[in-house]
Amino acid sequence: MKRSLVAVALGAIAMAPYAPVYAGEVEVLHWWTSGGEAKSVAELKKELEAKGDTWKDFAVAGGGGETAMTVLKSRVVSGQPPTAAQVKGPGIQEWAAEGVLANLDDVAKAGNWNSLLPPVVSNVMKYQGHYVAVPVNVHRVNWMWANPEVFKKAGAKIPTNWDEFEVAADKIQKAGLIAVAHGGQPWQDATLFESISLGVGGAEWYHKAFVELDPKALNSPAMEKSFATLRMVQKYIDKDAANRDWNLATAMVINGKAGMQFMGDWAKGEFTAAGKVAGKDYICAPAPGNKGAYTFNIDSFIMFQQKDASKQKAQKDLASAIMDVHFQEVFNLNKGSIPVRLGMNLDKFDQCAKDSAAEFVASSKTGALVPSWAHEMAMPPANKGAMFDVVTAFMNTPSMTPKQAAEKMATAGKKS
Amino acid sequence: MNPPPVAAGAALVRPRNGFADYFETALPKIVLGPTLLCALIFVYGFILWTAWLSFTESRLLPRYEFAGVVQYITLFANERWWTALSNLGIFGSLFIALCLVTGLLLAILLDQRIRAEGFLRAVYLYPMALSFIVTGTAWRWILNPGLGFEHLVRQLGFEHFTFDWIVTPGMSIYTVVIAGAWQSTGFVMALFLAGLRGIDDSIIKAAQVDGAGPVRIYTSIIIPSLRPVFFSALIILGHIAIKSFDLVMALTGGGPGFSSDLPATFMYTFAFNRNQIGLGAASAMMMLVTIVAVIVPMMYSETRRQRHG
Amino acid sequence: MAEPYRTQTAGSQLIGRTVIYTLLILFALYYLMPLFVMVTTSLKTLDDIRGGNLVALPREISFDAWAKAWGAACTGVFCGGLKGNFMNSVNFVVPAVIISTLVGAFNGYVLTMWRFKGSDVLFTGLLIGCFIPFQVVLLPMAQTLGWLGIANSIPGLIFVHVVYGLAFTTLFFRNFYVTVPAELTKAARIDGAGFFTIFWRIILPLSPPIIVVCVIWQFTQIWNDFLFGVVFSSGQRQPITVALNNLVNTSTGVKEYNVDMAGAIIAALPTLFVYVVAGKYFLRGLTAGAVKG
Repeated sequence: MKRSLVAVALGAIAMAPYAPVYAGEVEVLHWWTSGGEAKSVAELKKELEAKGDTWKDFAVAGGGGETAMTVLKSRVVSGQPPTAAQVKGPGIQEWAAEGVLANLDDVAKAGNWNSLLPPVVSNVMKYQGHYVAVPVNVHRVNWMWANPEVFKKAGAKIPTNWDEFEVAADKIQKAGLIAVAHGGQPWQDATLFESISLGVGGAEWYHKAFVELDPKALNSPAMEKSFATLRMVQKYIDKDAANRDWNLATAMVINGKAGMQFMGDWAKGEFTAAGKVAGKDYICAPAPGNKGAYTFNIDSFIMFQQKDASKQKAQKDLASAIMDVHFQEVFNLNKGSIPVRLGMNLDKFDQCAKDSAAEFVASSKTGALVPSWAHEMAMPPANKGAMFDVVTAFMNTPSMTPKQAAEKMATAGKKS
Repeated sequence: MNPPPVAAGAALVRPRNGFADYFETALPKIVLGPTLLCALIFVYGFILWTAWLSFTESRLLPRYEFAGVVQYITLFANERWWTALSNLGIFGSLFIALCLVTGLLLAILLDQRIRAEGFLRAVYLYPMALSFIVTGTAWRWILNPGLGFEHLVRQLGFEHFTFDWIVTPGMSIYTVVIAGAWQSTGFVMALFLAGLRGIDDSIIKAAQVDGAGPVRIYTSIIIPSLRPVFFSALIILGHIAIKSFDLVMALTGGGPGFSSDLPATFMYTFAFNRNQIGLGAASAMMMLVTIVAVIVPMMYSETRRQRHG
Repeated sequence: MAEPYRTQTAGSQLIGRTVIYTLLILFALYYLMPLFVMVTTSLKTLDDIRGGNLVALPREISFDAWAKAWGAACTGVFCGGLKGNFMNSVNFVVPAVIISTLVGAFNGYVLTMWRFKGSDVLFTGLLIGCFIPFQVVLLPMAQTLGWLGIANSIPGLIFVHVVYGLAFTTLFFRNFYVTVPAELTKAARIDGAGFFTIFWRIILPLSPPIIVVCVIWQFTQIWNDFLFGVVFSSGQRQPITVALNNLVNTSTGVKEYNVDMAGAIIAALPTLFVYVVAGKYFLRGLTAGAVKG
């Protein structure tokens, strides 16, 4: 059933090699609708319009793009895919296997992507050796965002491991404040658990469990300990957390209602929007036990095959615009992430981003650079979803033991 | 109370010849045709399509190779599916019962020659005009312990008052019942009120002559004669309950965890967000089977009763 | 003139009336509470929302949130509020309601006045269409719309709503026409009146009550639909429910509850208007026969 993607895509390119340059239209499906994200998208729109193309915004708001994915499927099935859509991780491979994606090799070659992108990134963007997606940025997920005022008031210090965390959290709670700002949505539960488990079990085990889906690593003492730690952390979350959006949790840290939040660096966009300065008004530190390790989350756009020559041209403009130095800088300044291109000048970025960029390179050498499974970078959506169910069930079922949860994780990781 | 069915049209038409005659006879069927065709394709065809997919390993997009009953095995091994099923049981029965009881009560109360009946009716009916997205947003806020009702009561001085069902696993499904009933009761009330207004007064007068009190009149004459209304209300409420999707999404997002999942949200999540279209199709088939098992016998007995009654 | 069974002796009547009115008013308060909260919240400033409580009246009434929700709220790169989407909704809801009502009326007419062998079975078969969960039909429908060449367009959206509204409209009209005495049409047929003549001259003039019910029902259902709207439309063509969803799911730092609530009320205004204005006829229509059978 699998059509050869490459053959089809190459055929399409051969048919319209160098079409005359006239304005095309790009329709981009995304769910970047809030604050800093929306500003970043506006930047992309501007770049594209400068190249003479028109931008047709196709925003579908809501969480991690759940609604957007439904819409995307229907559009593809109806034979009218958008030009580009926000899809990432193993999802890229799944779409490519359906034979609906466009081949971007010529844009990649012209832009020298192979040398600009670290291999961990470019591998994800390729299907059978051909580029089918464009990376936008690199997010670090295993951050801890802390309000130094709150810590000072409570007489606590920024924790570097989970034992220290318990001490600090206790003090904050005694001071009448909320220790951990969290939103009880499955993906946030998983984000928190991911940082905990990386801190508890280390990068090597993390890779075995969440990337290789090794059942022995999934149902292991390290997993049980991770769940036990999650149970401990849970004590410090307020009970109104259910279904709270992540940025409202961030706002609690910003306003000094809560001490810390475990969230990826998109949270920084909220601090920036509130006029806060990194290192002074807020602190970004690796989550306890996560020093030297790095969970990455790369946003990317997949490009769908287009019949119309002007749309193909616009599509390529979009692809090269995304990898453009100027865009990478402006976009990531708004979004809180770091540029995906290596070797960029980071002078305009704040300390958190510089740290992130340095650790990204450093951790790639030690093997502590791992994909974030909570953000769909590590495993197929079916397994990811099943693990979400386990983590969130654990969070919401006080009677579930870490051992039971670890057993369920092994079942959830079964390859289908 | 229904008129006898009209005899077949052709017999009554004056005899004519040829095509015009044939056309005239076939006309009713021609008029009904497009609707039947639509139902055939877009209801039955799509059900068959879904049934087929439930026997495949479709993931991201539909695939059509037969793979046996593996999706059904996976489905019934899935804890979340059982939660969704038991939630449908809780939600469906409570929601329907609450709507029927409150709706009937309101209708009976409103039927007592009430002043400002028009105004009150509008008040009970307006929630039906709102979309579940709106209802969900409003109720999510009211039920939120930190912002809404609990907060309010505590501000009034009851420091230890708790009403946190929406954030409590195992209880959140009841908040869906509250919001759902709030929205749909008015419509049921309107149905019952219409039914009450249609009752023949002479039967009641006769009962009164026999010395029956108001309670007896309601329980043994009026309510039984509302049977067709109960049937219509059940159909409408049942269809709302089984299709409930927007409300759960807007109110609880299926949470905390997946504790307020319903089959409709389960199906959506697996088919569209987890790239398990085959599994989603299997769950959809189970929903359809449930619907057919419950509704068809009910409709059949009701139409039979009608025809012979 | 009260019917006898609804009255009792003077003493117990007073107590009875008090109980009845108290109950009715309590229920009314309960039903009004969410609307009250929505309206007052939409008129408050954000500071006021944070400082006060759920049922407190606004300290000063501000229409800023309404203006923002209508014309300036941002979703993605687009900052035009719900204004445009409101008209989108009108553009597809009106034709969809008219077509589905008209077809439903004809179907009901055939199924009662022109019964043929098997028409009852067909009717029961049609009714199943009321119960099909819409999530199930998304993908095959997308494919079909693609084949028909109306994917991702207003006509496509109208088509989908008409198709899945027909079961209900047919049910309404069929149940109404069942109560129309057969003699009315019998006489006309003997005089040689045809299918359409009987419909226009005899049946349609009887139908206003049920047309009101059907239009209200369809209008509410289609206007409030989210799933079809989000899947079968895109960009600036999205209906208002989708825009509302985008609005409440988009926040920058602070969640602007007042704008969310104003947006929610704006999205609900047309249906609220229909219910309030036509509510009386709605009940009349139901009484006239929609609930029988």
